[in-house]
Amino acid sequence: MSHALLIDLSLCVGCGACRTACQEIHHFPDEENTVLNDKNFTLLEHHQLKDGNELWVRRMCQHCVEPACASACLVGALEKTADGAVTWDTNKCIGCRYCMLACPFDIPKYEWHAMSPKVRKCTMCHAERHLTADMKTDKDGFVLDRRGERMVIEDRTIKIEDRDHIIEMTTGADGGRASACSVACPAEATVYGDRETLLAEATRRIKEAPDSYVQKVYGKSEVGGTSVFYISPVPFEDLGFITKVEHTPLPEKTWNVLKHIPNVVVTAGVALGAVYWITSRRDDVRRFEEEQAANKKQGGNHGA
Amino acid sequence: MVRKITFWKIVAALFLLGGGIATIVRFGWGLGASTNLSDMTPWGLWIGFDVVTGVGLAAGGFTIAGIVYIFNIKRFKPIARPAILTAFLGYTLVIVGLMFDLGRPWVIWHALIYQNPHSVLFEVAMCVMIYTTVLALEFSPVVLERFRLHKALKVMKALTVPLIILGILLSMLHQSSLGSLYLIVPQKMHPFWYSPLLPVLFFVSAICVGLGMTIVESYLSARAFQKTLETPLLRELARIMIGVLLVFFTLRFLDLGNRGALPLLFDGSFEAAMMWLELGFMLIIPLVLFNVKGWGRTRRGLFFTAVSVVLGFVTNRLNVTMTSVERYYSEHFGQSYFPSIGELAVTISIVTLGFVLFAMAVKYLPIFPHHVEEEEAVIDLATGRTENIRTSSPVTDPS
Repeated sequence: MSHALLIDLSLCVGCGACRTACQEIHHFPDEENTVLNDKNFTLLEHHQLKDGNELWVRRMCQHCVEPACASACLVGALEKTADGAVTWDTNKCIGCRYCMLACPFDIPKYEWHAMSPKVRKCTMCHAERHLTADMKTDKDGFVLDRRGERMVIEDRTIKIEDRDHIIEMTTGADGGRASACSVACPAEATVYGDRETLLAEATRRIKEAPDSYVQKVYGKSEVGGTSVFYISPVPFEDLGFITKVEHTPLPEKTWNVLKHIPNVVVTAGVALGAVYWITSRRDDVRRFEEEQAANKKQGGNHGA
Repeated sequence: MVRKITFWKIVAALFLLGGGIATIVRFGWGLGASTNLSDMTPWGLWIGFDVVTGVGLAAGGFTIAGIVYIFNIKRFKPIARPAILTAFLGYTLVIVGLMFDLGRPWVIWHALIYQNPHSVLFEVAMCVMIYTTVLALEFSPVVLERFRLHKALKVMKALTVPLIILGILLSMLHQSSLGSLYLIVPQKMHPFWYSPLLPVLFFVSAICVGLGMTIVESYLSARAFQKTLETPLLRELARIMIGVLLVFFTLRFLDLGNRGALPLLFDGSFEAAMMWLELGFMLIIPLVLFNVKGWGRTRRGLFFTAVSVVLGFVTNRLNVTMTSVERYYSEHFGQSYFPSIGELAVTISIVTLGFVLFAMAVKYLPIFPHHVEEEEAVIDLATGRTENIRTSSPVTDPS
């Protein structure tokens, strides 16, 4: 099942619990930040509206259905998982940063000051959600994965106490496993669930209260659809959302060119071979004719 | 020969020293400390110039090789070796430049094992890697000759044509793909430079600048090493270059017109200025220089025509990679990018290294015609036949 997040900006009270939970689960320093970076996968922006009201906007990875970053990555370090999250494998990353350029939302961030820097971004707590209480541990208290090796989440091995803490953070009121931010949200402004269900829910909310919402689910068709939806009482472009995007998946743009490569190679290869054959044959013929002419001349001289 | 300390040697030494210091900062303190790159501008000068522009500037290798060995126009043979040498050095330096830019260059081999065929960059990486090997093989006869390894030489010469065809195919793929890299960012780029035709435009302009670089280096080599190429030959190369240039700009203007971007040329913006710079160097100046009577027929005139095309090409690539996204990043993040002193120092020293290596190769290896001729008399590079190109297609300077 493909999961998603629904963020209802009208419900957000700006408490920052989502951000704190995110910082905590990734062991990031809990300090206020105004931009997303390698130690900040989500942030809360405060917007003072023209009518005097205020609004908080959560920024995070959109988890595109067909992510440009994953298509761009030459080593396939970024991946759209079956459960909806776009995750990365830091060990594969060579640090080319093409994903950062390719991302239409400028989400992947880089460890600019590290000596072995990697690309980092929100993974919708993908690995954390799959931690269970019955996972085995070794004698030093590290959680083991299915292969019996120490489990690594974002470059960290996980100890028993980490595991229990993470499980607690990612288990919602209904007992289901969700992203830490959605579990932490007291106002249900961020909800985690099945993508289709959430999309239907978002559509229902904006339809039922047309006065309170802009008639648009951000993420429904942007870049061919994403796994994070936003609904808002204020037009998205006024809130700094990137609205000038294509409504078809971006990877198509490059794949439509790449897919022709075999044809180009064969056609051009044959054409070049043919040109070579013709030009060198022409040379042979010319040389032969010159020899003939020389022989004839010689023969003629003999005859005289 | 007495080693003389000349002005240019001192300049080169200073540039390399600067590059050396910048290298220490880059690998000692990381990308953040040595560059102006950031989360908002992940790609800067090192990708824009050292890689994307650099690969284009080395396009003379496949262009000239194709003309000489596939289209069998033998009178251009004297420039085949310098062109292949430039390409080989060019690609080597591109890889050096890439090592500076990659965050974790020591795992660059991951591209070989974790392959993502949907990534344009993967295709570029594979092509550049294989093509650099092909260039090394294409160039190897020069080294084999120098050390008189006749058996290996014979094998290499039998392989010449298949290698050249492979080289042209690989070049077609990655020269165009460097443009395709940007197809995935339609919303970030200025309409002057984002185009669905990017791969085609990149390939055609690469042929152009390949010819341009060949003319430039022939002229400079002639001055520095007293090894001259005949003026009519350069003129002919320049004519092909201008022809390809016109094809390029026909496509370019049709494309700009179709996307309604032409009026933007007159909106007085920074982008329009950069576009005019590109048009001036790459189209207007070369056309004027080439067609002015008595100027487009001199070595110097042809040299300046080609220099202008090269400058125009560099402007075009820097515009695609840097100018085109400038507005997006400043609007969204209030940030604009200009390379740091460290980035500039590294790029300048890589270019310097190119000049130094080329000069050394010309000095110690049989690169230029008067060396080649002796060899031609023995065995022809392409066909393996015994012949002398001077007799089959005389190259004479009427002037």
